[in-house]
Amino acid sequence: MNPVYYLYLAALLFTIGGAGVLIRRNAIVVFMCIELMLNACNLAFVTFSRMHGNLDGQIIAFFTMVVAAAEVVVGLAIIVSIFRTRHTASVDDASLMKL
Amino acid sequence: MSFPLLTATAAVPAIGAIATAAVPAAKRTAAKWLALAFSLVTFALALVIAFRFVPGAKGPYQLTESHAWIRDFGVRYELGVDGIAVALIALTALLIPFVILAGWHDADPLEETAAPDSGSAAGNRRNSWRPTQGFFALILAVEAMVILSFEATDVFLFYIFFEAMLIPMYFLIGGFGDRAHVHGEEQAATQRSYAAVKFLLYNLVGGLIMLAAVIGLYAVTADQLGTGTFSLQQIVEARAAGKLELGTGTERLLFLGFFFAFAVKAPLWPLHTWLPNAMGEATAPVAVLITAVVDKVGTFAMLRFCLQLFPGASRWATPAILVLALISIVYGALLAVGQRDIKRLIAYASISHFGFIILGIFAMTTQGQSGATLYMVNHGISTAALMLVAGFLISRRGSRLIADYGGVQKVAPVLAGTFLVGGLATLSLPGLAPFVSEFLVLVGTFSRYPVIGIIATLGIVLAALYVLVLYQRTMTGPVKAEVRSMPDLRVRELVVVAPLIALLLFLGVYPKPLTDIVNPAVGHTLSVVDKKDPKPAVQVDAVPGGARHGHAAPDQDVEAAK
Amino acid sequence: MENLIALLVAAPLVGAALLLCGGKRLDRTGHLIGSLFAVASFAIGVALFADLLGRGAEDRTLHQYLFSWIQVGGFRADAAFQLDQLSMTFVLLITGVGSLIHIYSIGYMEHDERRRRFFGYLNLFLAAMLLLVLADNYLLLYVGWEGVGLASYLLIGFWQHKPSAATAAKKAFLVNRVGDMGLSIAIMLMFTTFGTFAFGPVLAATGETSEGKLTAIGLMLLLAACGKSAQVPLQSWLGDAMEGPTPVSALIHAATMVTAGVYLITRSGAIFNAAPDAQVAVVAVGAVTLLFGAIVGCAKDDIKKALAGSTMSQIGYMILAAGLGPIGYAFAIMHLVTHGFFKAGLFLGAGSVMHGMNDEVDMRRYGGLRTYMPVTFITFGLGYLAIIGFPGLSGFFSKDKIIEAAFAKGGTEGWILGGAALLGAAITAFYMTRVMLMTFFGEKRWDPDTTHPHESPKVMTIPMIVLAVGSVFAGGLFSVNETFVKWLEPVTSFEHGHSPVSATTVTAATMVVLVLGVGLAWAMYGRRPVPATAPRGSLLTRAARRDLLQDDFNHVVLVRGGEHLTRTLVYLDHSLVDGAVNGTAASMGGLSGRLRKLQSGFVRSYAVQMLGGAAVLIAATLLMRGV
Repeated sequence: MNPVYYLYLAALLFTIGGAGVLIRRNAIVVFMCIELMLNACNLAFVTFSRMHGNLDGQIIAFFTMVVAAAEVVVGLAIIVSIFRTRHTASVDDASLMKL
Repeated sequence: MSFPLLTATAAVPAIGAIATAAVPAAKRTAAKWLALAFSLVTFALALVIAFRFVPGAKGPYQLTESHAWIRDFGVRYELGVDGIAVALIALTALLIPFVILAGWHDADPLEETAAPDSGSAAGNRRNSWRPTQGFFALILAVEAMVILSFEATDVFLFYIFFEAMLIPMYFLIGGFGDRAHVHGEEQAATQRSYAAVKFLLYNLVGGLIMLAAVIGLYAVTADQLGTGTFSLQQIVEARAAGKLELGTGTERLLFLGFFFAFAVKAPLWPLHTWLPNAMGEATAPVAVLITAVVDKVGTFAMLRFCLQLFPGASRWATPAILVLALISIVYGALLAVGQRDIKRLIAYASISHFGFIILGIFAMTTQGQSGATLYMVNHGISTAALMLVAGFLISRRGSRLIADYGGVQKVAPVLAGTFLVGGLATLSLPGLAPFVSEFLVLVGTFSRYPVIGIIATLGIVLAALYVLVLYQRTMTGPVKAEVRSMPDLRVRELVVVAPLIALLLFLGVYPKPLTDIVNPAVGHTLSVVDKKDPKPAVQVDAVPGGARHGHAAPDQDVEAAK
Repeated sequence: MENLIALLVAAPLVGAALLLCGGKRLDRTGHLIGSLFAVASFAIGVALFADLLGRGAEDRTLHQYLFSWIQVGGFRADAAFQLDQLSMTFVLLITGVGSLIHIYSIGYMEHDERRRRFFGYLNLFLAAMLLLVLADNYLLLYVGWEGVGLASYLLIGFWQHKPSAATAAKKAFLVNRVGDMGLSIAIMLMFTTFGTFAFGPVLAATGETSEGKLTAIGLMLLLAACGKSAQVPLQSWLGDAMEGPTPVSALIHAATMVTAGVYLITRSGAIFNAAPDAQVAVVAVGAVTLLFGAIVGCAKDDIKKALAGSTMSQIGYMILAAGLGPIGYAFAIMHLVTHGFFKAGLFLGAGSVMHGMNDEVDMRRYGGLRTYMPVTFITFGLGYLAIIGFPGLSGFFSKDKIIEAAFAKGGTEGWILGGAALLGAAITAFYMTRVMLMTFFGEKRWDPDTTHPHESPKVMTIPMIVLAVGSVFAGGLFSVNETFVKWLEPVTSFEHGHSPVSATTVTAATMVVLVLGVGLAWAMYGRRPVPATAPRGSLLTRAARRDLLQDDFNHVVLVRGGEHLTRTLVYLDHSLVDGAVNGTAASMGGLSGRLRKLQSGFVRSYAVQMLGGAAVLIAATLLMRGV
């Protein structure tokens, strides 16, 4: 199978994730969309790795997963604590940190 | 290896700063005495430097120390003093104890002066009050850095201390103001922080431009000498040997980069406006620290770095700088006349005086440069005397406005008398030290640029105007009601002022100790710049009956000057 | 013997230091200490004088070298003294009259709580004045020059609680500073021309340089002299200086300090002799001032200000004489000495009158005082006769010689100068007679209930008597065998002038104008009663009362103009120089304020920005690759 299809899929997933981040207000959904974008990148990396025949892309994909996991931990904790204090998970309501 | 005297002189106040800052909050008075003790030890070391220094010995710098520091960039820890540096180190070390004594109560907790005991809350705050320690620690830190920048003969080393002294100065200006401010504490705090930020920004901009020039200098030396260097002496020698050729354009750019930073610090018109704010808002001792000590680094650096690193560019820029200096003299004096605030008036007077110093430096004559160096010392002492007495006055009435005073002479004659002497020194009355330096600067300028010299003499009339107007409005006339119960100088205050006045008198009558130290250094600088004094039109010695001195005057010093 | 010279200066200096730093402990003895040091200085002066007399005429110059004061490159100033006949004359005048006035002040200032300080200032003045006349170079002279200015400032403003006194003191110092500027420029010119500014070499080398340079030096010295000696155009401070206590007016503003300009010009004779243009300027200043002062003196009702106008005028005579060159120097100094006697005497007399009249200074409130204060009347009267040049008294000899020398200048110039001097003599006779008549003669114009005129105590009258004796005999003594001229000749050189009119004619003319002046004054103030309030007077009178509008001119041009200038500059400094910097800061702040709006706090808008940024980056990368 032509590896280029995987790239098309990755691009599609990334676009869906990006659109979700921009459009949705619920923090959990936004978060999931970010994960989607990250995984789209992972897919692209692995594909490139396969296409070029070296392992760099796979290594970076592992890094991304580790970072994503760390991000999930911190991010979910923040979202939960925001939900507890403000009883909402809308990202537009959490705008107190502006200058 | 001999004892590192120069390092020690700077290290003592640095250690003192740390020790003072570490004193527990409740033991404020101990911190004050500790700071005073350290400053006195520093002064003693400065005196040792002055006595160990041999005027006219071979080589431009003495008591040198040299260690590699950042090898990769050719930065060395290189210290050394010439006569000019010795004089200024002595001035700095001399003034700091007076600054500390004069500011003895400036950083006390507010409650102590306002309400002696108003419950335990105030007591608790008093016990945890630490700014007192901070105030004196910062003063000592400034002293250490100023002394190091007088000693450094490595351009990069100098740059570090030149910039680093901004930090403690920023906190001294922004953190401590006059106590009983008429407009209330909140507004005073706003003005203070404005002044402090202005001071910092002005000097940072100057410093950044200088940093670019410092790097440029390194690039040029690395390019031409193989290994880059910041060593002043090495660069001067390489130039003299023809190994280093900056190129006219590069030299001028680098010169301007250095000069800009020093002109901000000095300050030269039109880069002066931070000084009145800073001196107006800071307490009187800190104002003295600014104008009498820190600013001198600027004019000193012009002599040591601008002229010696870039002699060609210095000659090129001379006309423009002389005009700016002239403007500073007249402009500063005129603005001083128009001030309503005592401290701002003194600040503008200082701008006028810095104009004289820069004029003397760039007149490029022996008299001009020796005069400028003496001027730095004498201006330091005279401004300290005037400003500190003004500070004592202001602390009594709680106002800086001239119009709030009147008739002080009647109620506090000693205060008024010392104020007058300080004022007379500021207007360069003969017999007091500043006269000697001002006249030397004028003569030195006049002998090369007569018109500029004549215009500069206008400064002496204007100086009389602003000093006497200030004295008349504050000290004479009918006694104002608010002034009536003003106490005369206390013992501590007298201890501050009396030695300064005695020194002004002594150096006015017998400036020889100072000129002996300074003259050879000035000779060296002028030889680097390659300028000679203009010769008089008539050789008096050749005229019959016109032997220089008809009587038996020992002629021992004529050669010493060369 | 020459080692005593420094002591001359040191004695009053020590006195001043003691009195000013001594504190309240010395309040009760301060006046005695001050007088003691003044008299000690006089005694040293007399000893030195005796020593000089014992030497040959050419051997009468003593030097004392103390230490090298300033030495930088070719610039060298020594702390060294030179005592010659000219300095000696001044030393005796300064310490002699000075001592008398110290003694007088013991009585005059008796009730002043700050008497100790007053004597401290007086001693300081003596020290500075002696330094001025004993210095052996111009820079040291400059120290004394400004020193006397300081002492004058302190003493004019002695009663500081009076705003008028403080203002007068400030004005005196400032106007003097303008003159000092001239002196410092002159010294700088000397340094660039000769490489030195010691009297000996400079005065010996005048032949070696161009006349233009000497003229410049001369004019600058003249500017200095104008400031110190209250000559036109820097005369405006002297009238106001009368705010000081009367002994101060007598010592500083009549007998000694104001004559320093004459000393300077006479001392620099060699320069002026070689610069005829500068000499013309000197005589012009002298002639204008002698008339100016005399006219002002006619219109003043304040007894001290009338005398101040007279001082200005008499110094005008001296400056005129000094400007004539070798034919006039000796007479300038001779008039200076006799003037020192009679003018100091007149001022002390005026002080004595004020002392007895509750410090009233308006002559229109005096009248008929001769019976109440006989000693004052007689001493004042002798001084009066001396100043108008009554035959046989001091002023007659000295002033007559100056008028003669003015004619001897020759040509039209000689006639103009001689004419001005004669006219001045007439006006002098007029205004002095006016003072005399309004004070001591006529009907009483004071209120007998509140005012009880009385003679002053002995401590005040004795100095007045001594000075009166001097005003009577000094001129005659000096003129016997031309003693005074011969004494000064080695220093100032001397030539007999060749007058187009004979000496007898000049004397006769002087007598005629004298009688005219006195007669006119008697007709106006002696025959008719003097109104207690001043009549409006003619245009000239009104202008003269206001010092011929000089002050108004100064006020409008210098004071107002200066105020506007400084106010404008303060505004510009704030708005323009500082404004440029603050403007930069403000525009930075504005820009960041606008940029801040981008940070809305909405996560999704940040996401859009990130997306946009990424898109731009990618586009840029692609474009770069394309190129």
